[in-house]
This record gives sequence, C-alpha cells and structure tokens, in this order.
Amino acid sequence: MTQLWSFPGGIHPAENKHQSTSRPIRPATLPERLVLPLQQHIGEPAEPVVEPGDQVLKGQKIADVMAGIGVPVHAPTSGTIAGIERLPVPHPSGMADWCIVLEPDGNDTWCELSPVADYHSLDREAVLERIRQAGISGMGGAGFPTNVKLQPPRDRKVSTLILNGAECEPYITADDMTMRERANEIQKGLKIMAWILRPERCVVAIEDNKPEAIEAMRKATEGTHTEVVVIATRYPSGGEKQLIQILTGMEVPSGGIPADIGVICQNVGTAVAVSRAVFRGEPLISRVTTVTGDGVSEPGNFDTLIGTPISHLLTLAGFDPERINRLILGGPMMGYTLEDTAVPVVKTTNCVIAATEPELSTPPPEQPCIRCGMCAEACPMELLPQQLFWHAKARDFDRAEHLNLFDCIECGVCSYVCPSSIPLVQYYRYAKGEIRTQQAEQLKADRARVRFEARQARLEREQEEKEQRRQERARAAAEAQQRKQAEAEKPVADGDAKDERSARTAMVQQALDRKKAGAGTAAKAATTAEASAEKPDIGALEKQLNQARGKLETMESMLEEARVAEADNVEKLERAVAKNVDRVKRAEEALTEARQQLETEAGE
Amino acid sequence: MSLVQQSSPHAHRARSTSQVMLIVMLATLPGLLAQTLFFGWGNLINVVWCVLLALGAEATMLMLRGKPVSFFLKDNTAAVTGLLLGLSLPQFTPWWVSAVAVISAIVLAKQLYGGLGANPFNPAMVGYALVLVAFPVAMTTNWAEAAMLANAPGFGETLNIIFAGQQTAVDAYTMATPLDEYKHKIASHTAQEVLQHPTFGAGVARGWEWVNGAFLLGGLALVALRIITWHIPVSLLAGLALMSLAFGANEDVYTPLSLHLLAGGTMLGAFFIATDPVSAATSHQGKLIYGACIGVLIYTIRSWGNYPDAVAFSVLLMNFAVPFIDHYTPPRTYGHHKPRRGIPGKTG
Ligand code: SF4
Ligand code: SF4
Repeated sequence: MTQLWSFPGGIHPAENKHQSTSRPIRPATLPERLVLPLQQHIGEPAEPVVEPGDQVLKGQKIADVMAGIGVPVHAPTSGTIAGIERLPVPHPSGMADWCIVLEPDGNDTWCELSPVADYHSLDREAVLERIRQAGISGMGGAGFPTNVKLQPPRDRKVSTLILNGAECEPYITADDMTMRERANEIQKGLKIMAWILRPERCVVAIEDNKPEAIEAMRKATEGTHTEVVVIATRYPSGGEKQLIQILTGMEVPSGGIPADIGVICQNVGTAVAVSRAVFRGEPLISRVTTVTGDGVSEPGNFDTLIGTPISHLLTLAGFDPERINRLILGGPMMGYTLEDTAVPVVKTTNCVIAATEPELSTPPPEQPCIRCGMCAEACPMELLPQQLFWHAKARDFDRAEHLNLFDCIECGVCSYVCPSSIPLVQYYRYAKGEIRTQQAEQLKADRARVRFEARQARLEREQEEKEQRRQERARAAAEAQQRKQAEAEKPVADGDAKDERSARTAMVQQALDRKKAGAGTAAKAATTAEASAEKPDIGALEKQLNQARGKLETMESMLEEARVAEADNVEKLERAVAKNVDRVKRAEEALTEARQQLETEAGE
Repeated sequence: MSLVQQSSPHAHRARSTSQVMLIVMLATLPGLLAQTLFFGWGNLINVVWCVLLALGAEATMLMLRGKPVSFFLKDNTAAVTGLLLGLSLPQFTPWWVSAVAVISAIVLAKQLYGGLGANPFNPAMVGYALVLVAFPVAMTTNWAEAAMLANAPGFGETLNIIFAGQQTAVDAYTMATPLDEYKHKIASHTAQEVLQHPTFGAGVARGWEWVNGAFLLGGLALVALRIITWHIPVSLLAGLALMSLAFGANEDVYTPLSLHLLAGGTMLGAFFIATDPVSAATSHQGKLIYGACIGVLIYTIRSWGNYPDAVAFSVLLMNFAVPFIDHYTPPRTYGHHKPRRGIPGKTG
C-alpha cells in the first residue's frame, strides 16, 4: 500500500458525474467549419503557415511558433482555409483572438504520417521534438507545452512522474471516460514520458469515486512499475499542488514549479496524445470533452475535433436553449461562463456545462462577513480567505500580498462554503489584477526614469566634449599664431610651408578621429537606453542611417576639397563632418540595438 | 436564451448565515430546557423578551442607518444576541435591566460599530457586563433557586416578578448561585461545611450541572455540524482547568474544579459565547490562544476578583486582544517555510 498524505481543508460538493458516464465516448460529427485559435497554449502565439484559400489535409501543420515557447496547430480534418480572422475564443473575458477558419471538405483525408514503432531507437531530443511537432500542450489545465514540461532543468532530478487522473471537479468526466476506454494508450504515453524523464516513481492518481477507471488502469499497468494510487474524493485533490502533497507529502515552494521538488505532473489526456504522436505519428487534433448539465438531454463525452464550435457539441448532446440559465466552460468550481456558443473547443477544453437555474442557481446577495472562519477552515492552501477579502475590498493590496494572495489557486472552495455568499474569488482576482497593473506601471515608470537619466548623462557628456573641443581649438589656434609669428620673423622656405600644411591636416585628422570615437560611445549609451525602453521601428532607423551616411559623404568630400585648397572654412567643415560621423554612428548603433532587441523579444 | 455571466465558483453550499445562526439557536435548546426544568420559567421569559427587544432594536437601528431592514433581520444574528442574553441573565431579572442589556448590546456594541461583522466586541457580553456593573444588586439577587418546575413559581407569577416588579415575592424563590456561595463562605468555613448549603444539592451544583451538561451537549452538536471548531471551547476549558489544578487544588481555600466547570456560565460561555465568530480570533492557533486566555481569565476573576462569575469580562478582555492575536498567528501557507507574521514591512 502506497503511503498517502493529506491536504488541509477541501470540500465535498455534489459530484454530478453520473449523468455523463452512462454513455461511452461518442465521436462528434464534423461541423460546418472549424475555428482554430493560434494561441491554445501558454507561450507565444503560433503564426499561420497557410493562406486563405489553401487546401489542407487532416493533420497538416497550419500554424507554428517560430521563436520562443509554443506548439504548432494542425488541421483537424481536410478542407479549405476559409480565413484568418479575429474571432471569439474561450477566455473568461470573452475576448477575440486570431484564429484560422477551416471549412471541411468532408473527405477527412490524412496527410502523410510518420509513425515510430520503436521510439527507443531515437534519442530523447528527437522524441521531445516529435511531441512538440504534434502540437501537444497540457490538456488538463492551463495548456503548458508538454515538451517543455518534459525537459526540467538539468540539475533537477525527477523523482516522481504523476499522471493526474483525479478529476476532482464536479460534472467533468472526460479523464474518467478516457481512462475507462483508453487505458492502454494512456499507459503507452506514460511509458514514453517515463522513458524521457527517468523518474524513480511513476504514479497514476485516481479519486476513489471512479472504480471503473481504477480497474481499467490497474489492468493496463499490470506487470509494470507504474503504481495506480487511489486517493480519497475531496475537492481539490486534483489540483496539481494538492495532488503532489497527497502523493509525496512535499509542497511545491511558493512561486516555484513542481520540478523544483523533482515532480512532474501530466494529465491523462496528454498521455494519450503523446502515445498517438509517437506510435501513430498523429498530431493533437481532437480531444475528449464532456457535455453535461440539465440543459442537455443526452449528456456524455465526445471525441471532438479541436476547433468544433461549442454550439455544435451542444446540439449533438440534445441542447434545449430555453431551459438553460448559464453555460460554463470547465467545471462548476473553476470554470467560467460563456457569452457566446460560437467559441471553439480548444486543446484545454475539458467540459461544457449547460446548467439550468435550479441546478446551479444564482447565489443570494452578498451579506457581511461574519468572520466565521469556514473559508479558512476549507482553504487547501491554508490562506486566510476572509482577511484577504477584507484587504482586497479595502484596496489594501500590500496587506493582501503579505497574506500570500498570490498563492491562492482560485479553487473556489472559500466562496463555496461562505455562508454570507461572498464571491471571495472574484475579489482575489480583482486584487491580483490590480497589483499586476500597479507593478507594470511601476516598471514603466522605472524604465522612463532610466531613459531620462541616460539622456541627461548623454547631454552632459556632449556638453563636456564640446567644451573640450573648444579648448583644443583655442590651443591649436594659439600655437598656430605663435608659429606664424616665428615664421614672420625669418624668411619662409618652401619646404617649411609644405610641412606646415601637412601638420595642420594631420591635426585636423587627429581631432576628427577623437571625435568619432567619443561621439560613438556617447551615442551608444544613449541609444541602448532608448532602444531598451521602446519598441524599435527598424524601417525608420534604416532610413535615418542612410540619410546620415549620404550627408557624411558629401561633407567629407567637401572637407577634402577644402584641405587641398587650404580654404578658410576647413575648421567649420571639420566640425560638420564630426557631427555627421557622430550621427551615422548613432544611427548604426540604434539599428543594431533594435535588431538585437527584436531578436531577444522574439526569443523570450 | 439569456445566459448568466458569473465568476466561479458556480456551485455553493446551501448554508447561509441565517441558517448558521438558526442552528446555533437550536443548539441552545437543550440548555434552555434544562434551565426551565430546574429554575422555572424565568429564562424562557427572558429569552423571548430579549429576542423581541433585540429584533426591535436592530430594526430601528437599520432603519436609522438607512439599511434594508428585512435583508439584515433575516440573518438572525440579532436574535442570537438576544437569545444569549436571555440565557445568561438571572431568572428574575427585572424587565428594564434586560432591556438595558439588550439595547446596549445591539445599539452600542453592534450597530454603532457598523453592524454585523464589524463589531470588535461580543455584543451580548457588552450588554451583560454593562448591567452587571450598573445594577450589581439586581444581577446577583435574582438567581432562582434550583427547584423542579412544580415547586417553582408559576408562569404568571414569574411574569409578574419580571415585569411588575413584585420584588417582595421574589426573595422566596431566589438563592445565591453555587459559585457565589462557595466563594464567600470558604474564607470562614471548610469545604465540607460550605457544601452543606442547599444550592449545591447532592451532585456538584443542584440544577447547574444539568444546565451546563445540556449546553455542552448543544455545543458538541455545533462542533459536529462544523458550525464551530473545537479549538476555542477546548482551549478555554483546558485553560480554566489547568489554572484550577495549578492554583486551586485546595478545596478549603479555592472553589473546586467541578464547580468551575459545571456551576456557572462556563459551558454556555465556552461553546456559544466565546465562539462568536465576529469577535473571536480566526486561525486555529489564534483560536487556541484566545480560548486558553479566556479560560485563564475566567479562573483569575472568579478566584481573585470581585465577581462570582467572569465569562463576560473575560471574553470582552480577550476581544481587545483579537487583532493582535490575528496578526501574529497566521497559518503557514502551502509552499512557504513559515507563516508571514505581523503586518507588511515589519518583521515577524
Ligand atoms: S466564510 Fe464568508 S463569512 Fe465566514 S469568515 Fe469566510 S468570508 Fe467571512
Ligand atoms: S480560492 Fe484561494 S483562498 Fe479560496 S480556498 Fe481556494 S486557494 Fe484558498
């Protein structure tokens, strides 16, 4: 028997899972069009590699992340790219984002796939790249690119690989049904991940309210080192931090990630996707999504193509628009309400709840906090929700932060138990948002200050250099005066006069060089500060540089002529040239800086 | 199809503040029943009178403050304050004494501080302490003698005593409380002699032990229903018991532990009064400290102070300390090595 630990607090909300487990996973039909957001993962958004009008095959890559963290997007079926537009995407704010719209041709023709039967023959990097190329990002939570998660920092030894099948949120049964029906694929995917990570332990954790899934996983893992661990049903046992605590007794340090303590958590759906990416060569183009709630007559799980509009899924499940009161994407504890049923299923969409009013009723109006402490009693993170609420409401954000506001996982347990029905989580989100905004503003102000100071410094330096130049010129003039006087006193030889001329030219040259160097460094300092503070405009900078170069050339040729002719305006021209050299230098620096900055930004 | 937009969580446990308060009230019923059985109708009449007054005072104040009256009255918190006062006051307390207690509890201690949730002091105890200081005689001479219902004054007579001020009749039915009796006699008598007094009866303290037992029962029900946690009552009783064992082991000098636990307002105080969430400490550790200190204070005041019972003063004193306790006893949050004590910017 594996040793288990416990986590503080937690609740037992009504499970409401049976509605959607009575039917096997059904394949969802092809919708009229698929909407594929370019950003379904955490990291950089993918960039389209197709154009409207292109014909694509099922499984073909249609967008990829060129630089930075992220995974590609693939065509879930064959068809025509109908457009690349900003459309509503699944997000709590109901925002719109760039999406590729695909009109299926109905043939569902696969592109050429390259399955690998024996991944052991590849090296680990190649398998990780395969996982990235398959567009796999975490399918349980936030959608973190799986290949990145499977590459923890080298100095961290992975002791435990956890496959999270707890699925503690009410209503959702996508993982449950996946485990029941696809246990072998899960085991295969888990094995691949274990091969990459080489953990000491490999654990599949399942809540004890899923006996069928437990049975199926036990069978699939028979004879392997994988442990199937049954944990007590208590929300939020499936929260990554809580699950790690239950299974290992360790806590993820505040602000850290599980890999810091040698733990990697993956979702069961992700394991299936990994298995398919390797053994079948298939990218992630579909997922199991639960459609449930009293507002649908045939609740259940659907094997859904990514990009399928929610409205299509609802129709398949026997949706009655008259009855429902709210539509929730995700579970009733942490999900968010939808305004629009046109939003598509994405890689992280595990559940859609069409709830009627009696089912998930509108909470009664907020009453004053009676400090009953039930929230603190139930908080799995051992925060003081009531004090957090107090400070958030009073906009006393320092204190809220001091009470570890940012450790709140927004599990909703505190709001769930609050007898005064205070929407506590809403207050925390508000406070977190405000603090982040403040920090961003502070950063901006700091940058502006740095920029200002750099400018001040540059101006001062320039002033100093000007002064220096002025003094040098004065000295040179004085010397020349002396020499002239001496010459006037004795007869002038031709050779002397020649010498005198070349000496002067050399002096001018020297001063010119000095100026070039000095102005160069000053300009560099200034442009560095400026470039780091602003988004650079490469085009404008290039134009500037060219202009400056052209001007410099003219000036230099003029100077040459003047020297040859020993004209009076040599000094003036020399100054003008120096100024232009300066300008060119600065423009060049700005341009390279800007290019570098763009590169690093893209790299981040 | 009009969709509700709401932030998570979408599910809520159906237990509102008014239900919590209702459960608290129901949990006092065994105690009230025991009081009525052993001490007559006095407590019941007080409870009804105080609850009505409390609701009236609350409604008036809400109206004056321009708050929605029925919304707040429904939270049942005013009723609980009235109820607790009715249960604590001596059985034959004249109506106007109760009125002063209830009105000052609701108006001064609760509404003037901003209403529910904003009061730093336990309203019922503010009212109680006020009348105890202002009307010491009325508050010490009106305790009913423990007699089975049949021997106590009838319902009508009790009403007369309380509302018509027939204080001449009252002497026949009253008796010093066991704590009072023991405290004042032990100086000149042995424990044996003191315990001869009828107020102690055959058990620990006639009638009182049942009343305390009944409140203990109701209190345990609250713990079982997770309306309150065990921390405050247990630490309170432990604090009281430890003090008694450490300092008052000699029964010929000090009140014995059994009387401390079962002869006064101890159980009502431990489970129903000290646990008033609004004015108590919040974290587990904080609650333990808060409760233990109340226990220690109860013992201290009972043994060396002027008052025979001390729940009200002890609770109020510790109410003062709550912000301090709360600042220094936050729980250790997941993923942190130690709790963040104190206030931002200060170490701790
Ligand atoms: S549960 Fe609600 S009423 Fe109770 S202390 Fe927490 S916030 Fe206040
Ligand atoms: S939402 Fe935050 S404060 Fe509330 S119970 Fe969850 S972790 Fe604790």
